[in-house]
Amino acid sequence: MRFVVSTAVWRGLSPCFMLRFLFSRVLQGVVVIVGVLCITFLLLRKAPGGPFQGERDVPEHIRRQQEAMYGLDQPVPVQLWNHIVNFATFQFPPSPQTPGRRVGEIIAEGFPVSAQVGLAALLIALALGIPAGALAAVRPGTLEDRASTVAATLGICTPSLVLGPVIALVFGLKLRWFNASGWYDADDWVLPALTLGIIYSAYIARLMRGGLRETLAMEFIRTARAKGASEAAVVFRHAFKLACLPVLNFLGPAAAGLMTGSIVTESVFQLPGLGQHFVGAAVNRNYELAMATAAFYALLIVGFNLLVDVAQALLNPRIGFKEGA
Amino acid sequence: MSTVAAHPSPWRLAWQRLCRSRAAVAAMLLLVLMGLLCVVGPWFSPYGPNDQDLNLRAVPPSAAHWLGTDPLGRDLATRILHGGRISLLVGLLATAVAAVIGVGYGLVAGLSGRRVDALMMRLVDVLYAFPFITFVILLVVIFGRQFVLIFVAIGAVEWLTMARVVRGQVLALKRLEYVQAARAAGAGFWRILLRHMLPNVMGPVIIYASLTVPGVMLLEATLSFLGLGIQPPDASWGVLISEGAANMAVNPWMLAGPASFFTLTLLALNLLGDGLRDALDPRTLS
Repeated sequence: MRFVVSTAVWRGLSPCFMLRFLFSRVLQGVVVIVGVLCITFLLLRKAPGGPFQGERDVPEHIRRQQEAMYGLDQPVPVQLWNHIVNFATFQFPPSPQTPGRRVGEIIAEGFPVSAQVGLAALLIALALGIPAGALAAVRPGTLEDRASTVAATLGICTPSLVLGPVIALVFGLKLRWFNASGWYDADDWVLPALTLGIIYSAYIARLMRGGLRETLAMEFIRTARAKGASEAAVVFRHAFKLACLPVLNFLGPAAAGLMTGSIVTESVFQLPGLGQHFVGAAVNRNYELAMATAAFYALLIVGFNLLVDVAQALLNPRIGFKEGA
Repeated sequence: MSTVAAHPSPWRLAWQRLCRSRAAVAAMLLLVLMGLLCVVGPWFSPYGPNDQDLNLRAVPPSAAHWLGTDPLGRDLATRILHGGRISLLVGLLATAVAAVIGVGYGLVAGLSGRRVDALMMRLVDVLYAFPFITFVILLVVIFGRQFVLIFVAIGAVEWLTMARVVRGQVLALKRLEYVQAARAAGAGFWRILLRHMLPNVMGPVIIYASLTVPGVMLLEATLSFLGLGIQPPDASWGVLISEGAANMAVNPWMLAGPASFFTLTLLALNLLGDGLRDALDPRTLS
């Protein structure tokens, strides 16, 4: 029995299994992204109005020419196929709403802003959340635990809609340490990153506390204590890796969401990030941009989830590289 | 069989455990109070939600206007209570929509064969990777900015996790002997689904639903903040908060009032969700 289990563990981590795992996950990811492209396009086509809705009426033959230029005169399935081929070959089409600029350029302009803010927010969230959650879990029932839990619950319940303006008011308008809004100075990422970081740290603290408490109740921890390991060694060397799994799971989608820009935060602080395009493209029937942003988001989700799965397999050999899931 | 009556039902036990948690009881009281305030409160207010008093524009809280007025001279307290009706209604109805879709989908996926299950869950994966805000906006855009459709749109986004939770539960349940016994006794797909699965997934569903309500209310607030939700002059808490945020530097009470109602309600819902998890999930009993 023992032999079987250990073989399974070993096979779960072998390079061959890892390659097969990666291959199947990448394939699944491609399916997901194509699915996202299809749904976006079909929903957009279903929506009333079109790319030229905001403009004055033009003579029939000009309208037809405009449509022909952007391929809108072809049957819907053909249009969808063309779009998918374009995205697969990275030939981003020009779109009627942004003449002269391809959607690739628009995303390449917005992404660095969103990514900088998002990455900083993620680091702030981890730096605040993991110690707070771990401290609460190590000393259950104490003042530290209560304070951390209350702070985390409050953090989850405070929408960025509220926190953003308050932070802008305090640090921007009153203390004047940073610009309250806009993207002019090198340190303009601080306030939006702080807003998002505080909110995400609350989720991380909660997950960390739950994960560590559950792990500390396990039998191998009792064994570690029984053999005389110090409390610090028990927590950091034995429990920590396993306790991080819930946080890790949360980080996949969270990172993708943060890096593509939070719409509320970017609009509160008036950042020229990606977030605005998620709304604007859909409202303006910018088919190409909407599909590009949706596909980009899906790509990040798939990518980060894959990273998380690999990290999970390395942290917990029992999970290993299982296909499917 | 006579001893069965002597044992309290699992639901009663869960309720007793719930009532033992001080935080959960406080949260329930707060929610009931909030609901009553929003439903009954506006009838006792001397002002209508859209009544303007142009002599009293943007005044701070006073005896006449407990939470102040906005720049159009409307009483904020009345507007907050009115907005609360919409926000709470959206929260509850959207969660109900999400729960119905998610539970139905999860049950069918979990009980069906492997192929159907894989196909159905792959669709959930695709929707998961969808930027939800684009999805909601597209739904709102397609169906028009009608009040009813806002929560249908939100519910249509929030069911995914519910479906995963339910499916996972069903996969675990369907291997149990009592299900095989039912199948051996000739119970069909739908009978097993409704009679043997549904009651047993309700625990996790209730827990998850109580945690979905705050998420849904946040989403409604986000939509209203972006101008895609409730349309003026009607107000939800999201609308009032975004108006408050815009006027915050000059009239801070415009943010303080609606934000504290909103945050308090979310806090109570989260505490209730935690309490329900402890009460319904025997594993976490400590």
